[in-house]
Amino acid sequence: MSDPTPPKPADDPRTTAPSERPRRGSGWLSKIAPGVRSLVQRKDTPDNLWVKCPETGEMIYRADLDAAMWVTPSGHHMRIGPGLRFQYTFDAGRYDSVTAPGVREDPLGFVDQKPYPERLSAARKATGARDTVAIGFGDIHRTPAVAMVQDFAFMGGSLGMAAGEGFIKAAETALERDAPLVAFTAAGGARMQEGALSLMQMARTTLAIQQLKAARLPYVVVLTDPTTGGVTASYAMLGDVHLAEPGALIGFAGPRVIEQTIRETLPEGFQRSEYLMDHGMVDQVVNRRELPQRLGAVLSILMQGRNRKAA
Amino acid sequence: MSTPTRHYLDFERPVAEIESKLDELAKLSASHEPGVFDAEIEALRGRAERFRRDVYGRLDPWQKTQVARHPDRPHLGDYLRGLVEDFVELRGDRVFGDDQAVVGGLGRFRGTAVAVLGHEKGRDTETRLKHNFGMARPEGYRKAVRLMDLAERFGLPVLTFVDTAGAYPGVGAEERGQGEAIARSTERGLTLGTPMITTITGEGGSGGALALAGANKVLILEHSIYSVISPEAGSSILFRDRAQAAHMARSMKITAQDLIGLKIVDCIIAEPTGGAHADPAAAIAAVGDVIEDELKALSMLTAEGLRQQRAERFYAIGRSFG
Repeated sequence: MSDPTPPKPADDPRTTAPSERPRRGSGWLSKIAPGVRSLVQRKDTPDNLWVKCPETGEMIYRADLDAAMWVTPSGHHMRIGPGLRFQYTFDAGRYDSVTAPGVREDPLGFVDQKPYPERLSAARKATGARDTVAIGFGDIHRTPAVAMVQDFAFMGGSLGMAAGEGFIKAAETALERDAPLVAFTAAGGARMQEGALSLMQMARTTLAIQQLKAARLPYVVVLTDPTTGGVTASYAMLGDVHLAEPGALIGFAGPRVIEQTIRETLPEGFQRSEYLMDHGMVDQVVNRRELPQRLGAVLSILMQGRNRKAA
Repeated sequence: MSTPTRHYLDFERPVAEIESKLDELAKLSASHEPGVFDAEIEALRGRAERFRRDVYGRLDPWQKTQVARHPDRPHLGDYLRGLVEDFVELRGDRVFGDDQAVVGGLGRFRGTAVAVLGHEKGRDTETRLKHNFGMARPEGYRKAVRLMDLAERFGLPVLTFVDTAGAYPGVGAEERGQGEAIARSTERGLTLGTPMITTITGEGGSGGALALAGANKVLILEHSIYSVISPEAGSSILFRDRAQAAHMARSMKITAQDLIGLKIVDCIIAEPTGGAHADPAAAIAAVGDVIEDELKALSMLTAEGLRQQRAERFYAIGRSFG
């Protein structure tokens, strides 16, 4: 299982994308002591006009990055959350949100360096979401589909009970609407704070996929950076079709764990999307801008075949 | 009788001392009149027994982790010898190779034709290397899928035995699709049209364990563990330090006694005093008895009924207390 620690804000457009979270630029602190505020938030303020490319270090004007769907000039696909993902994926950015059912919180009373409920509330405050999975229903290049998006900014996208129920709900929604399911995966792995209850989500999500299979509804996975651990060992690898964004880290064991095991530095490009495609685990590596069209083609062809067979 | 290869865990040290005294007495008594030390030997044996019972009656989660990993704990090979007649090992995934971290084949369990498979950790340096310490590569999980396919076609119940620290984290394993292999193996168990019973005999480590545990019934030995990540690895991620493993063992609720409350396991199989390694034959027989009962009950269900029972079982986890 790899490290589910959320990314540093600088790596993550969620903290800089205004469409994704409420702006808190004009708080009390900025009124009484503007200098102090810029001192505390100098590096990663939400108002930052410039964003650093995690790959090249290049400073990019945020409006340009926004227009480029958070793909840097070097082609680096920055991590994005559900809000932007839905906006980019559904035609005209229009979709219905589907709420995932609530789950019992902190079922084990888990404490590491911080109590789990504190980590949850911090993640909720930072993202504005209840947990890592968001569900939307809309048209993807004219084919109605359900999309499930995992948010790495929420506790490393970790798969816990809430995400498991979210995935199941997404599959059930697909069944109700007689529509395909597209899963955008991003996770460091299982949510350790829920112990074996998180492990069980690998089985539960796998069962939800069987319901789609029984109904002959397409299930397409879009692997985004990063997808590792229990997510890779369950629903991320059980798609009818696997697409991946360029350069995404995809694997079961995290690179750190492997390096510790073999005591060697890993080869360049190991566990990246292109590597997985070369090794037969991913059908295509697709640029973010082309994803809706490519998804639309896959979904509409499979749905056409299905409906013809049914007729 | 004590042997030089007997392994004692830290918390068993007082037992070790008593038993080394017993060994000395046994040697002494050989050069004396018969029966001279009988009373003393008897008393020491009683003390050792009482001590074992006491210690094993209140093991903490970290101590249980040690017991679950005890080198003398019965392994798959022991269960096969003890419970399966006419065992025919089937090797290879028909794709790339044979991974001996997962061993499986066909056999008869108390008269019933079955497919049986599980993790094997090995017992000495040579066999540990052969079985890669029970840490499977994709070929192991693909062999499991192959055996489950075969079982389904011939209507054979599947018995699995889980004992692994986890799937092997290596370059080759990743290259050949470790995640996909685990996912397919879990899926195959969950969709099986014949009964599947999993027994967690030692360590149930993460996805590598779940891959063989998508079963109708999941049984666990009294001092076994089942966990999303090893306490050590969890500690190094959450604390940046492996020293908090005992804390993690407690917090993650990994013991049989914790898991039954969460409905992650269905039944706890009692171990002999001092753990399964203290009396392997008794432990193996106890496992066999429970499997036999469960198998009898499951054989009433149709293929569809079995799939449905499995789906309901796993969907219910985490919902019942919500």
